[in-house]
Order: sequence, then C-alpha cells, then structure tokens
Amino acid sequence: MSVSIHDLDFSYGSHHVLKGINVDVADGTLVNVLGPNGTGKSTLFRCILGLNKNYRGTIIVNGKDIRALSIRERAKEMAYIPQSHKPVYDYAVLDVVLMSAGASAGMLFSPKQVHVDRAYGALERVGIGHLADRPYTQISGGEQQLVLIARALAQNASTIIMDEPTSALDYGNTVRVLSRVRQLAEEGLTVIQSTHQPDQAFLYADKTLVLHEGEVLAYGTPKETITAGLISKIYGVDVEVNSLYDDKVRVCVPTNEIEHK
Amino acid sequence: MTTGQNTNSHARRKRVANLILVGLAIVLVALAVLSFLVGRYPISPDKVVAMLAGQVFPVDPFWTDQEATIFFNVRLPRVVMAALVGCCLASAGAAYQGTFQNPLVSPDILGASQGAAFGAAVAILLGFASFGVSAMAFVFAIVTVLIVIAVAQAARGNQVLTVVLAGVMVSSLFSAGVSFTKLIADPADQLPAITYWLMGSLTSAKPADVTMAFPPMLAGLVVLFVLRWKINILTMGDDEASTMGVNTKALRVAIILAATLVTAASVAVTGMIGWVGLVIPHLSRMLIGSDYRKLMPASMLMGAAFLLLVDDVSRLATTAEIPIGILTAFIGAPFFLYLITREGRKRK
Repeated sequence: MSVSIHDLDFSYGSHHVLKGINVDVADGTLVNVLGPNGTGKSTLFRCILGLNKNYRGTIIVNGKDIRALSIRERAKEMAYIPQSHKPVYDYAVLDVVLMSAGASAGMLFSPKQVHVDRAYGALERVGIGHLADRPYTQISGGEQQLVLIARALAQNASTIIMDEPTSALDYGNTVRVLSRVRQLAEEGLTVIQSTHQPDQAFLYADKTLVLHEGEVLAYGTPKETITAGLISKIYGVDVEVNSLYDDKVRVCVPTNEIEHK
Repeated sequence: MTTGQNTNSHARRKRVANLILVGLAIVLVALAVLSFLVGRYPISPDKVVAMLAGQVFPVDPFWTDQEATIFFNVRLPRVVMAALVGCCLASAGAAYQGTFQNPLVSPDILGASQGAAFGAAVAILLGFASFGVSAMAFVFAIVTVLIVIAVAQAARGNQVLTVVLAGVMVSSLFSAGVSFTKLIADPADQLPAITYWLMGSLTSAKPADVTMAFPPMLAGLVVLFVLRWKINILTMGDDEASTMGVNTKALRVAIILAATLVTAASVAVTGMIGWVGLVIPHLSRMLIGSDYRKLMPASMLMGAAFLLLVDDVSRLATTAEIPIGILTAFIGAPFFLYLITREGRKRK
C-alpha cells in the first residue's frame, strides 16, 4: 500500500478542516482528488507531505508512519509537485532538477556527477532532455510543469503528490502533462493529484477521491463515483454525465446550458 | 546519445562559469597590486615586492623607513581590509537575498548595521578607544540579529516575512537609539566622531583591526561557501524545499548566523558601508547566473574587487579623503537605478 490514511483529523485553530479521513491508495495508482475550493484538498496534501504536523490519526506512506520520519527520510518516500510558479531567481532547467538531490545527504552536501546524470535521465524520461540548459523562466508553462515532474522523478520517491498541476496551463499543455503523468503511473509510480475537472478524472485517473466539507464523500473508480447527483451536491451545478466511445470515457455537461440552446 | 550531447553542453556551461571566476580572481589580484602602489605617497612596484619578500627572505632595504611604515601600517592593512569587507558584505548580501527569496534584501536587513551603529555610538559616548568601539559595534550587531531571530521564532506565520518585519522594526528601534546618542553627545568631539563612524571608512584600518576581524569573517565565509548550493533549494520556498529533504529552519538559521557574523565583523571595523551587499550580488547574477554554486564565489571575488576599486578612488580623488560609505552609495545607487530601468525596457 503506497499511502494509508486512518482517521485523519486536522484543524486550523478552531476551523475543523479534515474530519475522519480514511483512504488507502495502492501502489502504482493514479488518484484524482476532486472537491470544491476550500474543501481541504491542499490541507490533506500538506498532512501527507509532513508539512502540517498537528494532525490526529495516522498517515502511513510506503509502510512508514510519516510522523516518525525525518525531513530527509520523508523526501525519499514522497515528492511534491506544486502549482507552477515563477521562481524569484532564474535557474537553468538542469539546476532546477538537480535540487531534487537535497534529500541525498546532509547539510554540507552538493551534487556530484551521478546526480547530474540522474537529472538528465529524469528530463529524458518526461521527454524534455533538450531543454536542460535553457533558463527555466523562458520555457512554456507546460514545459515548466514537466521540469517539476522530472525533478520529482529524480528524487527517486515512489509516491508523487501534485497540487492542481494543470490549473495554470492551456488546453494543449494540460493534455500533454496529464498523459505524461498517466504514463508514469503505468510505470509503477503512485500519483495523487488534485483537480477541478471531473472530465480529467474520467480520462486519466484510476481512482477518484471526492472530498466535501472535509469528509470523504466517495472513493472509487471514476465511473462509480462521479455521478450527476454527486456533482450537483459538491459543486451546486446540475450536470448530465454522458458516455463516449462505448463508455471508454465519460464527460460532464451542465444541463442548464443545454436547455438554453 | 542525446544525454551525451546534454552532458557536453552542461560541461561547457560549467567551463564558462569557471573561466568567469578565474577572470574575476585575476581582476581582484591586479586591483590589490594597484592598491599597494597608489595613494598620497606613491610607492614604486619594485619596493612593494621587495618589502613583501623581505618578510620572508633577507632583503637589503633600499626603501626609506617612512615608506615601510606607510606600507605595513597603513596601506597593507587597508588593502586587506577593503578586500575582506567587500567579500564579506557581498557574500552576506547574496546569502540573504537567497534565504529571504527577495532580490532587494541587503546585509543590514536584519538590523546588523543599525545595531552596530548603536553599539559604536554608545562606546564613543563612554569614551572607549577605537578597539572598544569596534568590539561594541560587533557585539551589538550580533545581539540585534539574535533579537530579530528570537522575535521571528516567537511570532506566528510565514517565517520569511516575520524575520524581515522583525528586522525592519528592531532596526528602526536602534536607529532611534543612534539619534538619541547624537542628541546627548558632546558636539565638540563625540558628535563628529559618531557622524564619521556612521559614514563608514577604511582610512583608520590598522593591523590590529585586521587580526581582530579576520577570524569571525573567515568562519562566516567558510560556512556560506559550503552551504551555497542549498541556498538554491531555499529560494523555491519553504514547503517545496522541505519536500526535497531540506531542513529549512535549521538551514536558514545557519545561513543567517554566518552572514551576520561576517556583516558584524565588517561593520565593526569600517562602519556603515552600504550598497555593496545589495548591488554586487545582482551584478554577479547578471554575469554568472543564479546558481549559488557559482554565484557565491563570484559575489565574494567581485565584492572584494569592487571595494578595492572604490577605496582607490576615494584615496586618489581628493586630498581630504571621501569616506568610502559615501562613495559606494554614490556609485551604487545610480547604478542600481540604471539596472532596474534597463530590466523594465527589456520587458517591453
């Protein structure tokens, strides 16, 4: 089991954000976390990553209770891919990927040739080896996201947590990034990512975790979980869930818009 | 196949950076040599070489005693001090700009300069000799930053923001303290002494100052140099850095302490020399890129060279020497303004 969460409770002061979360994520699974803004997706991720420490319950990653792990040990189990952001200083793409070596050794460490090779390998794996010496701020948003994915790969962790990885990307880059993520999950990595698009879950996810007001509303395959009733309940929008290509994929269409046509 | 090409281009990037560093080192040595020669009493190059060699080998003196005195008691400590202080302020500035993820930060962001100024002003009021003034300045600079860190640790919220805010507040407190000491200082001798100290100067650098300031400077510089790659990770923000295995709190405290040590030692012996710590890291970044593995040594070399140059100018420009703190601001501020307007034009 890659990630096991039992009775997770978390509060910011008096604000009770996560209430009794129980989730098991098997190895090599791509899980989409769906839920409206402010429902606790990021808080859940921060707990799993060890950034929020004062939670109740247990979080086991790759068989280890993360409470018992040091910062470096945690980084060996999990990598984190944030929403794409512009760094304050401009680094070469390779130098950004090299940062993944931070978990490799102690305070006085700096990267060696083996880490450089590993960083190149990771860039090749996501198909952007040719960008290695370009400045990070001068490549497209989709490429930047792929660089962060390469950085997570170079960290050699088997579990990757992604917080809305495509929220700032255009349609083409969204598709390219997500199909790459899909491929990594097929190669055996566990990926947990949050999203705002139910359609993305249908296309790419093995499982969908639906969070609503800090609780798990549903957890299962996208087809089981994402129904018109559920979308209406969590987003307050009436949709019709339609199937395409002999039910290989499904899409959500807001019914209100159809009635106006 | 492509990996081979990539590795080559990475190696080329590395070679170019190393060449730039070697170039900076050559400029630094050349400026140091020049600085030995020029001044109100020029000393010829052969005498400089012979006097230095005479320290190790037996050399028949063909220089006057006066020249030897000027060289060993005035010029040599001054050149060494200028290079050291430039190196320290620039590397501390680069380190702070990284740890606070803010390119507008300078070494006195956490109040080291204002703390030192207050310590020096109090020492002057109490009639301490120059060694006492330096020692008080050093101690107060360190204490000020420790207060800032303690306040920031006690406060809740974003650590970067609270440290900087605490720095600004504690700075203004000590700045008011300096004003108060000026108010009660004897206007005949103490007030001018305080005012001159605040301007920053290398004129009074003595061999004793160098021996006093060197150990803390060296300790801090070594720490900053060794930790420099980790600063790259810190600039991505605490959450990201922490998920990459970096203990951000410990690393930040280590860097702040090291940068404070070199800043305090510099300010204690030379007074307030502004702008070096802000401008030099930016220049270095433009020359060699943002990777701290290259940026830190580049800032160190360039800072040392810059302050030597400015000190030469200050020695040669007028007979009544202009304090170097004023000159660095005169050169640094317009240059900085030029840089940011140039950046603006590039965007358009």
